Amino acid sequence: MKRGLVVCGFAVLMIASWEIVCRLKIWSPVLLPNPLAVGEYLAQAIRDGTLWQATLVTTKRLLIGYFLSILFGVPLGLLTARFKFAEDTLGVLALGLQTLPSVCWIPLALLWYGQTEGAMLFVVIMGSLWSILIATDNGVRTVPPIYARAASTMGSKNFHTWIKVILPASLPFIVSGMKQGWGFAWRSLMAAEIYVTILTGFGLGHLLHYGRELNAMDQVIGVMLVIITIGLLADKILFSPWEKFLHRRWGTARN
Amino acid sequence: MTIEQELANVTPEKLTVEHVSKWFRTRRATVHALDDVSLTVREGEFVCLVGPSGCGKSTLLNIIAGLESPDAGRVLADGKPVTGPGRERMVMFQESALFPWLDVLDNVMFGLKLKPQLKNQERREVAEFYLKLVGLEKFATANIHELSGGMKQRVALARALAPNPRVLLMDEPFAALDAMTREQLYGDIQQIWAKRRKTIIFVTHNVREAACLGDRVVLFSPNPGRIQEQFTVDLPRPRDINSVELAKHSTEIMRALKRHLRPEISEVAE
Ligand SMILES: Nc1ncnc2c1ncn2[C@@H]1O[C@H](COP(=O)(O)OP(=O)(O)O)[C@@H](O)[C@H]1O
Ligand SMILES: [Mg+2]
Repeated sequence: MKRGLVVCGFAVLMIASWEIVCRLKIWSPVLLPNPLAVGEYLAQAIRDGTLWQATLVTTKRLLIGYFLSILFGVPLGLLTARFKFAEDTLGVLALGLQTLPSVCWIPLALLWYGQTEGAMLFVVIMGSLWSILIATDNGVRTVPPIYARAASTMGSKNFHTWIKVILPASLPFIVSGMKQGWGFAWRSLMAAEIYVTILTGFGLGHLLHYGRELNAMDQVIGVMLVIITIGLLADKILFSPWEKFLHRRWGTARN
Repeated sequence: MTIEQELANVTPEKLTVEHVSKWFRTRRATVHALDDVSLTVREGEFVCLVGPSGCGKSTLLNIIAGLESPDAGRVLADGKPVTGPGRERMVMFQESALFPWLDVLDNVMFGLKLKPQLKNQERREVAEFYLKLVGLEKFATANIHELSGGMKQRVALARALAPNPRVLLMDEPFAALDAMTREQLYGDIQQIWAKRRKTIIFVTHNVREAACLGDRVVLFSPNPGRIQEQFTVDLPRPRDINSVELAKHSTEIMRALKRHLRPEISEVAE
């Protein structure tokens, strides 16, 4: 409750200082529109459905690509941690590709898939898959061997040990890797949407891009605010519950 | 099954260690951890392995548990060679090795969930029974990090007991605890041993602890790890670690320990 008040108060303060800066007329309103103008753009974009549509298109791409990354990243990470051969092949590949900034995938994706949803998905997956894989691999390697030993004396073997012991034991690492992967996925998708026009759907990146083309600063700032909001919401909805659970169980809570 | 019925259809030799040797090869050197160790443990016996650290006690315990394999010799449990870990021989480690992602009750249920013949309700009842036995029934839903060191070891004990193993292998389970908590646990473990008639092998480097708990104390010496001497402790139970009779036994074992550690010195002295 008190934290909520602080957050709201801070937001009000930010908007107020934004308004004041506008009134001082240091920059032309074309370069820095006032909060009301941005608010009006957002209201109008919500009314005519463009914003809702763009958000839907973007989050759909993001969620599908991201969950595919988790679906492949976690098991592959388990694999590289378990088998030396996978570590020397796939593991090295992942390390290499992870250092590649995800924007660099866009030209390749375009040549392979053309201006299609496939290209978007590919960029999102390449952006997040490797960091999820590496975090999982890392997590598994830091699991104290005594857990598996204790489990084996209770009759746990191979697959059961992996699912019921190794995987949950490395959960703190996997979740932080998933969070990092989410960040990469989000960034690479925005880059791709700004860079490429896809006819099957206009995402938030496209709105941002056209805002620039039209010199509509209210649109640029408005869409940026929406992107920030989605980032915050995703953090609260996707990761907060997991992190709370981990902090409670492992006793690593900050407060 | 009652305890008496369970005891009726087993051989008196619960565990037999036959000429077990073990070497550890590391990059720097080869450590001769165990050298021709033989030991027989009867059903229901409480045996303590005592010796300075590095004399192979943990190695022997792990071999008996089936977590490691000997380079020579073999271990028989109920007359059958041990080839891997099994629920019949449950291990308790120095660190509790409890799973932090599960709450207390789920930790105790972990081994029970691997018994497909049990119903979930039965598993829960068994787990609650053993939590009660170690006095932690109120902490069923607690997280592991919320427990003190002594409570953690109690939960680990409940987890080891829950699948109802005949043999309990304990590797310095109380070494990291303070003296007061330890004394309480000496009482608890003797009570549980008396009630449930387990066969217990208990590793420690604390001679007094060994004399307090064991029917028999097996003295190890290092480099290479060997059994030097065995002592029978026939004091009535429950034993108090601070009693005078116990002190006599532990002094005798302590003397032997010193003699085996520095034979050259004691030869001069005697
Ligand atoms: N996994 C291992 N690798 C190499 N050396 C080991 C390993 N485990 C034990 N040792 C060595 O074997 C000897 C006996 O160890 P251990 O059984 O742990 O002794 P204790 O439990 O009596 O302290 C020690 O010298 C130890 O360094
Ligand atoms: Mg040891």
